Amino acid sequence: MLERAEAKMRAPAPGAFASYLRAVGAVISKDLTAELRSRELLGAMLVFSLLVILIFNFALELDVRARQSVTSGVLWVTFAFAGTLGLNRAMAVERERSCLDGLLLAPVDRSALFFGKALGNLLFMLIVAAIILPVYSLLYNVNLFRPALAGVIVLGSIGYVIVGTLFSAMAAQARTRDMLLPILLFPVVLPVLIAAVRATASILLAIPLAEIRGWINLLIVYDLLFTAVAIMTFDYVVEE
Amino acid sequence: MQPMPKMLRILTGVTIALLFGALYLVFGYAPREAIMGEVQRVFYFHVAAGWVGGLAFLVTAVAGAVYLARRRRGWDLLAVASVEIGIVFTFINIASGSIWARPAWNTWWTWDPRLVTATIMELLYVAYLMLRQGIDDPDRRARFGSVYGIAAFVSVPITFLSIRFFRTIHPVVIGSNDPSAQGAFDMTPRMLQTFLFSLLTFTFIYVTLLWHRVRLGRLAEQVEQRKMEMLTV
Repeated sequence: MLERAEAKMRAPAPGAFASYLRAVGAVISKDLTAELRSRELLGAMLVFSLLVILIFNFALELDVRARQSVTSGVLWVTFAFAGTLGLNRAMAVERERSCLDGLLLAPVDRSALFFGKALGNLLFMLIVAAIILPVYSLLYNVNLFRPALAGVIVLGSIGYVIVGTLFSAMAAQARTRDMLLPILLFPVVLPVLIAAVRATASILLAIPLAEIRGWINLLIVYDLLFTAVAIMTFDYVVEE
Repeated sequence: MQPMPKMLRILTGVTIALLFGALYLVFGYAPREAIMGEVQRVFYFHVAAGWVGGLAFLVTAVAGAVYLARRRRGWDLLAVASVEIGIVFTFINIASGSIWARPAWNTWWTWDPRLVTATIMELLYVAYLMLRQGIDDPDRRARFGSVYGIAAFVSVPITFLSIRFFRTIHPVVIGSNDPSAQGAFDMTPRMLQTFLFSLLTFTFIYVTLLWHRVRLGRLAEQVEQRKMEMLTV
């Protein structure tokens, strides 16, 4: 307890921020390298996303009129499901062969590990989105290439990934791991999904940006709030 | 096995008396509402149960934060105890609201911000219990419970806000009313007295149950310790 308090009180050394960023970068590049070699996670997320869209196609009969109203919902449900898949895997990899213990031994602030993992997850989610969007556009002849939509997807993914990384670290240490994450995550992340779906729908209907400000602000507030919660609580989730 | 503390005995007695008092006020003292009739009487316990639900989850979040800072098991016991009570009362809140909504709104359920928020809150804390169930190590269970209790509590107001962008039909009896709300009414003094008494009663019920539940948790811990002692001998 005391040691931790002292460590927090110590003034940051010059260049501390640079070394903090280096630690974050190291965690991200480790995840990326592992992914480039195995290609497990992205492949699974992508195929899974396409399957979800395919199922929606038949479940909802996405004809021209239905598409207008449900596209944003289909997209975000797909991202959310593919996201849990990625989050589960990203943490399971750390648990196998106790890689997490190795990471925790590194003499860096724990929040650097958190941001490294979260940014890695964010990257995977955005890659999936970047592939799914053009495919969806192509399949259903909807133009999804709008800068505002990209902004909403980034903001929504940030909130999703911040909470998701925190909870996946908890779920990975529980007996019922893979089952637990969506149950923990979805109710907490619901505001993100609501705001993102609404904002996306409005953008697709070409409603002026000024009118969806409320949703965007909500996403930003959520992202900031839960980043704060995650920084404050991540230490307790990974401590042994 | 320690006997029940004297204060707890007294508190339990007082709470039971209060509950009968509240029942009398609701059914005998409060006037019949002019438009909705008898079904309006559900309002007194409906709001009181909702209040206890919110209070219970607030206590969980605070107890979780204190646990993380102090690491005393008692705080964690308090957090779980409060969640269990909160889940029951939130359910009473939702179910009684549904019973009222049938005649007042002509439907059991509608996707109104308050209804959805209450339901999400219920699901959040069921998830909380499931998280705890999945972890064997008691310290880790307490830590994760605390973290989730805090995160869940932070998300509830945002959920409410995010759904509030839609229009609400839920009446706000205390404070100003949305013109689109259906089933609103003004309270007469007798109604107000009954309402405040119900709130007080339910708060007493909460505290009593909480105390009993924390005591039960302590006893369960002692049993666990005895078991371990027996097994190691």
